Amino acid sequence: MKRLPVVLFLAWLSLLFYSSIWLFMSGFLLMRIELNNQSSCAEPPPPGVPKTLQPDQAPCWFPLKFQKAVIVIIDALKYDFAKYDPENTDPKPFQNKLEVIHHLTQTQPLHARLYPFRADPPTTTMQRIKGVTTGSLPTFVDVGSNFASYAIQEDNLIHQLVQNGKKVVFMGDDTWDGLFPKKFYKSYFFPSFNVKDLHTVDDGIFRHLYPTVDGGDWDVLIAHFLGVDHCGHKHGPDHPETAKKLAQMNDMIRSLIEHLDDSTLLVVAGDHGMTDTGDHGGDSEKEVNAALFLYSKAPLFGGQLETDPDAVPQVNLVPTLALLLGIPIPYSNLGAVMGDLFHSVHSEASAYQINAQQVDRFLHSYSLAAGDLPAEKLRHLKDLFSSVTEEYERLMSTWSESAALSESDASLQKLVRRQQRYLVEARAVCMESWARFHPLRMIAGCTILSLCCLLCYLVSAAGPSLNVTYKYFLGLPACWSLGTALLLSLGVWTSVLDLDSVSLCFWVSLASLLSFFYYFRKRSCIKNKPRSRSSSLLLSMPSVVLFFRCCSLFSDSFVVAEGEVAPYLLTFLLTVTVAKLHWDGRLTLPIFTPIGSETLKPTLSPSYKREAPRLLGLLLVLTVCVRLSGVFHSCREETPDCQPSPLLAPLASVQDAQIKNLWYMVCVVFLCVIVYLLRKWLQHYGNLNSSSPVVLYVRWGFPLVAMGISCFWALSCGTDDSLTKLQDFTRLALVTFPRVIYALTCLGLLLVIWNPVTVFTKKSRDSDADNTVTTYHGTPGSEAELLHVIPQIYRKMQRNLKNRLQQGTEEKEGKKTAAVEAFGLGSVYSAAMVVTLTLLALVLLMLHSERLTPSFFLLLLEAGLVLYIHSHVANLRSSPDGAELFLVPWYAVTAWTLAATQGFYTTGHQPVFPAIHWNAAFVGFQDGHNNSIVLPAMLVAANTFSSHILFSAGSVLLLLWPFLCEAPIARRKKPKAEPRDGKTRRMTCQ
Amino acid sequence: MDETEIRRLSVGHVFSILAVVFSLCIPPLFLDNFSLLETHVTWLCICSACVAAVNVILLLTLKPNPSSKRISFGTKVNKFSKSCIYFLISCLLFHGIIVLYGAPLVESVPETFIFSVLLSSLTTSRCLCILGPNFPAWVRVFSRDGAMSVWDHSLQITTVCSVVGAWLGAFPIPLDWDRPWQVWPISCSLGATFGYMCGLLLAPAWIYWNRKKLTYKSR
Repeated sequence: MKRLPVVLFLAWLSLLFYSSIWLFMSGFLLMRIELNNQSSCAEPPPPGVPKTLQPDQAPCWFPLKFQKAVIVIIDALKYDFAKYDPENTDPKPFQNKLEVIHHLTQTQPLHARLYPFRADPPTTTMQRIKGVTTGSLPTFVDVGSNFASYAIQEDNLIHQLVQNGKKVVFMGDDTWDGLFPKKFYKSYFFPSFNVKDLHTVDDGIFRHLYPTVDGGDWDVLIAHFLGVDHCGHKHGPDHPETAKKLAQMNDMIRSLIEHLDDSTLLVVAGDHGMTDTGDHGGDSEKEVNAALFLYSKAPLFGGQLETDPDAVPQVNLVPTLALLLGIPIPYSNLGAVMGDLFHSVHSEASAYQINAQQVDRFLHSYSLAAGDLPAEKLRHLKDLFSSVTEEYERLMSTWSESAALSESDASLQKLVRRQQRYLVEARAVCMESWARFHPLRMIAGCTILSLCCLLCYLVSAAGPSLNVTYKYFLGLPACWSLGTALLLSLGVWTSVLDLDSVSLCFWVSLASLLSFFYYFRKRSCIKNKPRSRSSSLLLSMPSVVLFFRCCSLFSDSFVVAEGEVAPYLLTFLLTVTVAKLHWDGRLTLPIFTPIGSETLKPTLSPSYKREAPRLLGLLLVLTVCVRLSGVFHSCREETPDCQPSPLLAPLASVQDAQIKNLWYMVCVVFLCVIVYLLRKWLQHYGNLNSSSPVVLYVRWGFPLVAMGISCFWALSCGTDDSLTKLQDFTRLALVTFPRVIYALTCLGLLLVIWNPVTVFTKKSRDSDADNTVTTYHGTPGSEAELLHVIPQIYRKMQRNLKNRLQQGTEEKEGKKTAAVEAFGLGSVYSAAMVVTLTLLALVLLMLHSERLTPSFFLLLLEAGLVLYIHSHVANLRSSPDGAELFLVPWYAVTAWTLAATQGFYTTGHQPVFPAIHWNAAFVGFQDGHNNSIVLPAMLVAANTFSSHILFSAGSVLLLLWPFLCEAPIARRKKPKAEPRDGKTRRMTCQ
Repeated sequence: MDETEIRRLSVGHVFSILAVVFSLCIPPLFLDNFSLLETHVTWLCICSACVAAVNVILLLTLKPNPSSKRISFGTKVNKFSKSCIYFLISCLLFHGIIVLYGAPLVESVPETFIFSVLLSSLTTSRCLCILGPNFPAWVRVFSRDGAMSVWDHSLQITTVCSVVGAWLGAFPIPLDWDRPWQVWPISCSLGATFGYMCGLLLAPAWIYWNRKKLTYKSR
């Protein structure tokens, strides 16, 4: 087969895969850049604080209205819980329980008001806290300066409060501790892990709430109650426990109000709602609709409302609180102030103006930092903003001259509406690009992806019969895609069509795929090949497992539990494969005595007795490995009960010197075992006698690498104070050792590429030495002696004959062709692969923390066991001519990918940003990278995907392993090869 | 193909299904606070006991594999004690396999063990009753052409259904529905029982459907 077309074909295929993944990601992986800018009093957003408010009136952007505020967050306080309906005579457990809110809104309409509070999905507590303090919209990935921590990096309310000298006291949910580490003046955190525990957090708050309020040593008090939410999770809203919990909240609000003074604002808010089953997280109406209640003993509102107030988006609380408390609005806020909290139209317009200026400044900085907001819409917003600002300046100048004219009031009202429109539109533009999935793009990506998979299946199923010209399967689809691209871009250029790059990509890939299928069908129709095998394949067990695996990727819970699902399916798949082998009778059925005989007891045939326990043993060891490697797991935030394995921490963090030494020894032993096993393996298959440089490398290079790694570990985990004198030396060594190992690895890989053959060849003449017939040391004259001697005599005669014949031909041709004997032919390909894999594994291991060495050992062992099981099964299944050995069956490929996925988790990874091992970037580069970004990114990627790298590089072994001659059929056909010199082994198969 | 044999088999299966139903309906009359989900371990015990007992009774009444020879009392006792040992070994084996498949190793050991007892009584006890404590015969029955009577076929079907049911039962565990039946091992044991009952219903139907194709070697 020609090489270049195959490579081009594969490249084209991977290009298609990449484009489909990119399509899907553009619709699914919503991204936003976090800006690190902070607002400050001294720098109001341009064009500056309005003149009417300057200078003494507004020390910080806007005159403050409240000295103090109490913010009570009741987790999962739905609007339905807070709403009181006096006409409802038969309330459900969650209805009509917060009677104090109803009472206050009825009797003091200027002091209290209840709003529906619209949360932005996802409605999880952490995302909501983020939204309600920064004023920004949530999205899938917040690209900030620091991935590795949960702490909020953006400008936020808490930061502004602290910055402006306010004392912030917090009590309740300890999620806040992670989000705002060391920000609070005083804090009382209580664990939120146990969802079944309704009272710990709430009772803890009650212990501290009233003493703190009365103590007066605070400016802003935040209390986060979890009871209602936990009650929803445990019992659901329609349960007497919910009624009890809500009644408790009612009492809390009532007595809290008694403790407040005139200059304090009370905010009671729910961070999200809940469904009828008490869950939350999604974007359904019931989850999104929370409640917001505002109260103050001083009059809050300008006038009474006739109807129920409109719903307030959750981010609107941020600028409102900021301005009321006299602090700057957080830099990245996208909320609009709540106008009805500012008495006069004049101050309302000023508040909106400040808000609009701040949003404009943010949009400007954001568009400089990232290009994901559409330029056209930004321009439109900019125009709107400048016209609003102009109007505001004009009105303000006339207003100060002719105060309180009704017509200027009316024009101010109009202005306020335009300002509101600007803010709402700005938020909508951002929401469009950050917080909205594009299902169409996702579907397009999935379609292309599944078509690619179908293509791969067709090509692999056609297999060797696909020896047709690549003109049809590569050239023409490429032409089609180019043609489509040209046509479409011509259309875009002449502005006949309106397409963005994403849909362009989709159409081009689709055209190329469809043309492939068209030509494929045409060609296979000509051949008229019967396709009966494919239907039975689709119903077989591997495809069922594969189907489960694919489906599991569409379920959130299964994605979270992937680390357990993959080994479960892997174990099952291999068990079923072995069971199927037995069912098909490939393990050789028991022999039955003929009918009519006296003994009815069936016996097992000897080959069954040998093969079945061996396969079962391999399976058992494999499952034990899989189960053991689960020890090295990491955790993600969705599973609070999970405790990450302590073995993931670097060895340097271990305090006890003895345990540290013990662990160090264990790691080094495992490292040596890996190197030793490789050597043993090569020796077993007779590759170690070759004089090729690869073998030389295996003999000397591998121990050197292992030694280098152990030295590196010793230095990196033992940098104690006692070594102060040698500090310069250790620092140098810490850089040198890994770099030497990188260099050695590169050398090894180059050697393998340069000359991968590790076959030991020998002229046949040299083997004449053992031509003498050995004598039998047993009872002379017995049958055993004959059996021993006769074959040897026969072989000798054969050899003599052959030699004579060869001499004859040599004389005829007039030149001397040496008969060659080769050792290690069965593993000629696999040996190079195994050496490469071990080398890769050692380097990847160095990028991990030391104590993951056993995990890597288990990983390699697991791969080896899967391969052994596969080769056994393949040899037992194949027909005697061995033609099927060239096809890799589905179960093997599925098991291999499942093992790769499982390896990802067992090397201490999780597919979330905080779980990435950032330390890997500094192995061998202790002092940073001088702003280079490629090398650290490569190191971190190699660390993260180490299992995938190893398994995908080793996937060739699935094809090669069954030829290793370890197979029972091969052995049965040919007599067992005799070990020579105790080291080499003659491999005669193939 | 003997129609009477199929009829006898169906009757046996109806009794086996009744055993499971019985374990659900009767205990609430005698035990306070009995429910399938909350006192799951109790139910598991009762269910496995019922199933095993019905299997033994069916062995004594229906005699699936009648032997021409007269068996002495000593052999019977020997067989019985051997069966008990086999059952115990199978419980331990199932426990090990379940743990290898991902069940917690240290926590909830009693639950896992009771679940393995249930699986044993759904699969091993039937094997013991139909084939006797004869391991090579078991190996023979669970291969493609190994079935030598309708009873062997029904054994194949019910055993595979129970095991696959237990396997499928593990699938709802990771889901975040917070249902009481998602707790280990409830979903798995329910899956196994459900699979067993499906197998019991399926086996006679399948055998009746394929009665023309099934020919057994005479024994």
